[in-house]
Amino acid sequence: MIKKFDKKDEESGSGSNPFQHLEKSAVLQEARIFNETPINPRRCLHILTKIIYLLNQGEHFGTTEATEAFFAMTRLFQSNDQTLRRMCYLTIKEMANISEDVIIVTSSLTKDMTGKEDVYRGPAIRALCRITDTTMLQAIERYMKQAIVDKVPSVSSSALVSSLHMVMMSYDVVKRWVNEAQEAASNDNIMVQYHALGLLYHLRKNDRLAVSKMLNKFTKSGLKSPFAYCMLIRIASKLLEETEGGHDSPLFDFIESCLRNKNEMVVYEAASAIVHMPNCTARELAPAVSVLQLFCSSPKAALRYAAVRTLNKVAMKHPSAVTACNLDLENLITDSNRSIATLAITTLLKTGSESSVDRLMKQISSFVSEISDEFKVVVVQAISALCQKYPRKHSVMMNFLSNMLRDDGGFEYKRAIVDCIIGIIEENPESKETGLAHLCEFIEDCEHTVLATKILHLLGKEGPRTPSPSKYIRFIFNRVVLESEAVRAAAVSALAKFGAQNDDLLPSVLVLMQRCMMDSDDEVRDRATFYMNVLQQKQKALNAAYIFNGLSVSVPGLEKSLHQYTLDPSERPFDMKSVPLATTPISEQKTEMAPVATSKLPEKLAPSRQDIYQEQLAAIAEFQGLGPLFKSSEAVQLTEAETEYVVRCVKHTFSRHMVFQFDCTNTLNDQLLQKVVVQMEPSEAYEVLHYIPAASLPYSQPGSCYSLVRLPEEDPTAVSCTFSCTMKYLVRDCDPNTGDPDDDGYDDEYVLEDLEVTVADHIQKVLKPNFGAAWEEVGDEFEKEETFALASVRTLDEAVGNIVSFLGMQPCERSDKVPENKNSHVLFLAGVFRGGHDLLVRARLALSDGVTMQVTVRGADETPVDVILASVG
Amino acid sequence: MRILILGLDGAGKTTILYRLQVGEVVTTIPTIGFNVETVSYKNLKFQVWDLGGQTSIRPYWRCYYSNTDAVIYVVDSSDRDRMGISKLELVAMLEEEELKKAILVVFANKQDMEQAMTPTEVANALGLPCLKDRKWQIFKTSATKGTGLDEAMEWLVESLKSRQ
Repeated sequence: MIKKFDKKDEESGSGSNPFQHLEKSAVLQEARIFNETPINPRRCLHILTKIIYLLNQGEHFGTTEATEAFFAMTRLFQSNDQTLRRMCYLTIKEMANISEDVIIVTSSLTKDMTGKEDVYRGPAIRALCRITDTTMLQAIERYMKQAIVDKVPSVSSSALVSSLHMVMMSYDVVKRWVNEAQEAASNDNIMVQYHALGLLYHLRKNDRLAVSKMLNKFTKSGLKSPFAYCMLIRIASKLLEETEGGHDSPLFDFIESCLRNKNEMVVYEAASAIVHMPNCTARELAPAVSVLQLFCSSPKAALRYAAVRTLNKVAMKHPSAVTACNLDLENLITDSNRSIATLAITTLLKTGSESSVDRLMKQISSFVSEISDEFKVVVVQAISALCQKYPRKHSVMMNFLSNMLRDDGGFEYKRAIVDCIIGIIEENPESKETGLAHLCEFIEDCEHTVLATKILHLLGKEGPRTPSPSKYIRFIFNRVVLESEAVRAAAVSALAKFGAQNDDLLPSVLVLMQRCMMDSDDEVRDRATFYMNVLQQKQKALNAAYIFNGLSVSVPGLEKSLHQYTLDPSERPFDMKSVPLATTPISEQKTEMAPVATSKLPEKLAPSRQDIYQEQLAAIAEFQGLGPLFKSSEAVQLTEAETEYVVRCVKHTFSRHMVFQFDCTNTLNDQLLQKVVVQMEPSEAYEVLHYIPAASLPYSQPGSCYSLVRLPEEDPTAVSCTFSCTMKYLVRDCDPNTGDPDDDGYDDEYVLEDLEVTVADHIQKVLKPNFGAAWEEVGDEFEKEETFALASVRTLDEAVGNIVSFLGMQPCERSDKVPENKNSHVLFLAGVFRGGHDLLVRARLALSDGVTMQVTVRGADETPVDVILASVG
Repeated sequence: MRILILGLDGAGKTTILYRLQVGEVVTTIPTIGFNVETVSYKNLKFQVWDLGGQTSIRPYWRCYYSNTDAVIYVVDSSDRDRMGISKLELVAMLEEEELKKAILVVFANKQDMEQAMTPTEVANALGLPCLKDRKWQIFKTSATKGTGLDEAMEWLVESLKSRQ
């Protein structure tokens, strides 16, 4: 057979895969020979291989044809050819979900798994478990139990691993095999022991107490298998994290002791677990880091790689601990394995001193073209971290990044670079022009639409405010001429921003806009027409509202409101204020550069959390007529953790009312609660209108009850209020096992913690990308100003943090970040007050003994302006 | 040679298969699917397929009809209540085109039981005398005791030989 393949290869000349041009229908036709007697194992084997190959290539098999082929395959069980039989097992597993009636091979597989032929037994178990569902599982349970404790390691391992797969489907049945798994855990074979531990853990992982008991047992008794040890370490560190156990816990001692294990894998696992733990002290880290340091000079490349990769990851969190390894890392720079070298250099970049940056960058540029994209991304991440640490080095970095941008590379890599350059521009205003210039050059030849539109957006935002905006116009307009629709549309939007901001450019922009109006794409033409008309008005307020700061409503919400409006048309025009606001403003203002790897691709517009609440609340009759949901707060805990009842409250704000949603969970398995309400006593003139009880609250099934409260109308500035809350309910005792409640119950109550409503509950965050324009747009009709002394605040950072969280407004223009070594700062905040009134706050802060703050508030209405000043004071 | 062993669940098909193959009584569980074994008898080799008899599995019998030389149809002679169902299954099977040429041997099994029907009674209950164009014979057997199997196989071997 192999000879035949060779010959084919020669003929095709490409030396490629003999299965390359398979036709599904031809293969299925060939499968008919399975029905012939006597069986020719060789030919059948070859056809099965083809079928499996096709399945793995993602070829779609219809149910009928798959079932037909499957049944034909079952006839091969009459052959005793070992290879053929094992190929049948593979086919069964591959077809288990596409063919019907696969249970037809149950008896045959059961026979093979219990038979004398050891080579059949393991694979037969695995195949059998793939075709067995919960109802059939009971029939083979006896055999599974026997197999788990079988003395042949491959049989035992197969049974354990298959059980692990079955846990997801039939937890209750597999749970009964715990004793057998326990026995297997003391098997001498290292794989069996590992698999047994895995099964035991998965059966118990939802029961923290049981996991901790299990860990206790195995850490004391000791295991043979290094794999099992690694798993114990992982379980232990997960448990430590979940229970927030201190590092004096026996679990930590166990992990620490594994650093002295004689197996390198276990040692590495323990070191890695320790360095990844949150809140590790330098003293606890030291032994782990020194183990990794030792590995750095190991002759085994895998160990060196593992060590340097781990050090690289923790370099940001614990630079000082990693610095101890600098010398070893220096030695790895010239490692023949480029991956190790790259990781070593990027680690050094994170930990090294500012003076070594130039040298390292030089070193890395010598081989950057030789490493894979994945590692290039690591390099870019290191650079972006470096830029944050040493802002003065940005010119070196920028240069390096622009060179990398010119090299070949995939999307992830280019995106990492672009994100990094954007990050630098945002951090260092003086690097803005160079950065923008590099990006302009990049989009001249950029195949990634996402990146091109992102850069165009940035150019529109930043370009008009540079000293010579005109030089960007050419780059942007080139896109309109050369690129795809999405990029052209983005370019038009960017152009409009230049026209709106720079009066002297406006005539030329209008000319270009006119050309764009002849574009072949609808979206591009629509945008151009729209901007053209807005720009021609030459009104600052219009520009601010329609060009700089776009819509801040939630898109699914807008869609729903418009749909509603078309279903029920009225004389009144559609009111934008009736649309819920977007709850998560575009996170343009990242406070720190997130690692590029975690940034997601743009998601589809999923309904936000608030849209879901809106829907849930609208379904309750009492809440109709409240208008659109304005804001939903984060959940507030009203009980201590681990109490009898767990209650969390979400505050929903409407224009004149608030709805409090209490999510309650009953953690007592011998009680059924009914008619649950949370009674609220307000401290101010708030009036509780309705209580909507949760009808029943069985053990561990969360339920919600609601309270509807009217906000005081006489005094609109009374925005804060404290409610004392008591949960009242009817208790019916019940049998913990069956859950059957007694016939009669008794009333009871449970005191909850107080609930605060603050000014932040009345304001929704809105991001104004161009705060200055928005400030002019709102105007000074309702402007008020007052000065406060914040005596207890010591730093500008602290003051900014306090104001932002107190008012619950969105910081704009990155003004939440206070530059270092400054004594004064201006904070810009934007938001919308309930009822839909825009609200802008400018806070000038000066640091002397405490912090002095001059607050200027502008709004579309007087009340919210007063509210802000009253609440700050 | 390819032989199918069919019949309702609990008739004793699997027991018969292994009695023929290894000459011993093995403990069996309901067959979900099939068992296939090579059985040698009088220097002849048979591929014997024992198909599960549960209601849910009977529809799959037909997947294994092609190229079949003989069918051993096993009946629990003591199960008078289900004799009718057994007949219906047998009739349906014999109507299949692929089995037109197959020889039929009926095993009136479980003759060791007290209330067992005689072979003649079983044959009448199954409507065997009315069969046309079919070579068939009925034998009284007890798979657990091992009686009657030899005679039945003897006849089957002879019939298969004479047809060749």
